[in-house]
Amino acid sequence: MSRAKKIARRTFLAGGAALAGGIAFGVWRYHTPYRNPLLASLNDGEAALTPYVLITLQGITLITPRADLGQGATHAQALLIAEELDVDLDQIATDPGTPSVAYWNRALADEAAAFLAPGDGILHGAATTTVAAASKFLGLQITGGSTTIPDAFTPLRAAGASARETLKRAASQTTGTPLAQLTTAGGAVLLPDGTRLPYTDLAATAATIDPVTDVPLRKPGQWRLIGKPTQRLDIRAKSTGTQTYGIDVTVPGMMHATVLLNPAQGGELGKYDTAKAFEIPQVQSVIEITGGLGIVADTTWHAFKGAKAIAADWPEAPMPETMAAHWQALADSFTEDRLDSRKRDDGDVESALAEAEVIEAEYRAPYLAHAPLEPLCAVVRVTDTEAEVWTGTQIPRFVQANVARLAGLKAEAVTVHAQMIGGSFGHRLEDEVVKHATEIALQMKGVPIKLTYSREMDMTHDFPRQIAMARMGGAVSDGRVEAFDLSIAMPSVFASQLSRQGMPFQGPDSQIVAGAFEQPFSIPHHRVTGYRAPELAPISSWRSVGASSNGFFYNAGLDELIHAAGADPLEERLRLCTDARARAVLEAVAEMSDWSGPVPGAGLGRGVALTHSFGVPCAQVVEVRQTDSGLRVSRVWVAAEVGRVVDPVNFENLVAGGVIFGLGHAMFSEITYETGRAQQDNFDTYPSLRLPQSPEIAVRGLETGPEVKGIGEPPVAPAAPALAAAIFAVTGQRLREMPFSKTVSFA
Amino acid sequence: MQLKIDSRTVEVDADPDMPLLWVLRDLLGLTGVKYGCGIAQCGACTVHIDGVAVRSCQVPAGDVWGPVTTIQGLGTPDAPHPVQAAWIETQVAQCGYCQSGQIMQAAALLAELPDPTDDDIDSAMEGNLCRCGTYPRIRAAVRLAAAKMREQKT
Repeated sequence: MSRAKKIARRTFLAGGAALAGGIAFGVWRYHTPYRNPLLASLNDGEAALTPYVLITLQGITLITPRADLGQGATHAQALLIAEELDVDLDQIATDPGTPSVAYWNRALADEAAAFLAPGDGILHGAATTTVAAASKFLGLQITGGSTTIPDAFTPLRAAGASARETLKRAASQTTGTPLAQLTTAGGAVLLPDGTRLPYTDLAATAATIDPVTDVPLRKPGQWRLIGKPTQRLDIRAKSTGTQTYGIDVTVPGMMHATVLLNPAQGGELGKYDTAKAFEIPQVQSVIEITGGLGIVADTTWHAFKGAKAIAADWPEAPMPETMAAHWQALADSFTEDRLDSRKRDDGDVESALAEAEVIEAEYRAPYLAHAPLEPLCAVVRVTDTEAEVWTGTQIPRFVQANVARLAGLKAEAVTVHAQMIGGSFGHRLEDEVVKHATEIALQMKGVPIKLTYSREMDMTHDFPRQIAMARMGGAVSDGRVEAFDLSIAMPSVFASQLSRQGMPFQGPDSQIVAGAFEQPFSIPHHRVTGYRAPELAPISSWRSVGASSNGFFYNAGLDELIHAAGADPLEERLRLCTDARARAVLEAVAEMSDWSGPVPGAGLGRGVALTHSFGVPCAQVVEVRQTDSGLRVSRVWVAAEVGRVVDPVNFENLVAGGVIFGLGHAMFSEITYETGRAQQDNFDTYPSLRLPQSPEIAVRGLETGPEVKGIGEPPVAPAAPALAAAIFAVTGQRLREMPFSKTVSFA
Repeated sequence: MQLKIDSRTVEVDADPDMPLLWVLRDLLGLTGVKYGCGIAQCGACTVHIDGVAVRSCQVPAGDVWGPVTTIQGLGTPDAPHPVQAAWIETQVAQCGYCQSGQIMQAAALLAELPDPTDDDIDSAMEGNLCRCGTYPRIRAAVRLAAAKMREQKT
């Protein structure tokens, strides 16, 4: 189609809707609509009925802007649109779309606002509005915080409904059949005589009609797909080696690259000698980048080889010299001037503890690498006028802006091709790999540079999970927990993370106490205080963020008090529990595990934990068996309340995976630094749970609550404390420091 | 050098010391084989040489001693190998990045032991890391594949 025709058509289309240059439906908008990003590339006879539905003569494409990290986001998003659009899952293609403000994440903004002023009446409302508006302004198209499902649940169904009703109108216009006599199924409008009018044939007409908005959504009883087991859209490709991930991208003329970064995290580039590297004929160039060197070669292997052949003197990084100094910095942070928040202060903790025999303990959680199995990678091509990026990312708009900034281009001149991600756990909420690839590509303009980090670079230059320490003081009387005072010190994850995007963060940082302050227990004297430690190693969001350490601290502390009170850990939690949803998950795991106390038999120990995180109460009972070769985690029962289980297969898989993620790291993993250098650089020194150690896991999803919630993160936090409690039950040993393998042996 | 890969004979211009993994991925475009660790700790790069499951990151191209089968040669989306079919039916994958290696490892196990015990499965699959934690479904898929393959034989 000629450019003039295209413009004319858009002008015509824009006439009917309050939109500049688009026919996007209002269903996904907040206060005012955004430009529908799909309209820019339409051809004749194609319709982008909403930013989420693209119909051409060739077929129907659903746009799934939240990144798929393995959590099934693509499938779940497509499922929601397809439910109302009346298409079958085998009739559609999916596409992550281009970075656009239209795809901003409102649920995350709400979550962020809640962090700032949790449950604080008017203040909470005001903060939500402000942060939501700011998030919209920034166009935070972010995947994270278990928000994909809550964010998408209504808008994506509405987008599907809107497109469906517009297509019906097109059919009515084409055939003269009254609207009320038309139905839809299987990607077609059906006439009363049974004639099928495929959506693809109706697209051209639909594109000339004002989109139908405010379509009532179907009731749960009418759902075909939501809540039913379906086959994941990517399952066949992922089972046959035909799924393309970012690391598999091939662009014509592409060169391969890797990086050699200062082994001291955050350190600068020093003196170096490339002579040996250039003895490898396939090494083409060595380019200075921030904090190190980029090595360009014909293959990844020769780039790796070249990197190993470079000798360098590396300057020190701004980090404490020893691991002991990291811990000391935390120990020194429990002070008034480092007080970050006291979001819970029930009763009179000071007086209660002054009058009682105080039970005290200190807990530690180490740095942890994200270490998804796909190492960081990005393909970047820069010219004088434009740039293209092929990468898996949770922050496509930041990627676009950073490449634009480095290349001296406008953001619109940077195209981001979002790729399937081979695991993330928060790793791809950072985009250093894209910045490095861009720095290399800028020195080789026009050549697509495929940068692949070696596993060693990926692990040693990860921004790990926060290091954290907690101190507990408590008291019991008459078989009950009377006072529970928990103080937590950690550096601010958000401050560290946002600093790499050039954004300031004032605090308080609710993640310092997340997974602790908001737990649904009513204890007469109860206080949770957060202390913000200075930045030590740069850190980032790691699956469940603050709750990943605090869920352990809170439950472990509570468990010690319940034991001191002589109460049953599950019964006492139920007695203290104030929230119906949390009670329901506790009761569910009690029933599922046939709970009869911490020691159900000889050589067996059971522990229970509950963490409310990301709006989801999740309870777990973990069973440990004492064997000749060490402790074996034999069974786990887990229940979570999410309002609505959208995709039951994926739900079960994500919950079991989250439990294994939580257990495995608590058992085996830590990153330690000496003079700023991570001491673990691969899976030999950073062990994970493996198949023989994987317990039987029974999962139950409860649908009693009013809101739909995400499940990617909530199962992680309760796993470690439930395991620690089970180990205590069978060995009598209190584990207060992760990883537990420092203290006990696992089979 | 000449290699037999997925039933095709291919001529590749590779250093003899280049690991088979990178020959497959970067020179031949067989990206179903995955790089995860480079030190035989994760199993993502598992292929068969002469029917034996090996870590292709540890085998120099010059040392390849027999025909190579990758995940893409084991079966295809339209005609999956029974182990791949079991993986699809069980919906094992989350991110899926390790699953090429898991499937190749399981296929080698079942070729050798059609009726593996739980211990056999544990020890055969221990070297294959899954960071998403799909182990319960991997176990189920191996058992399903074993049952289906035995059924086919009888």
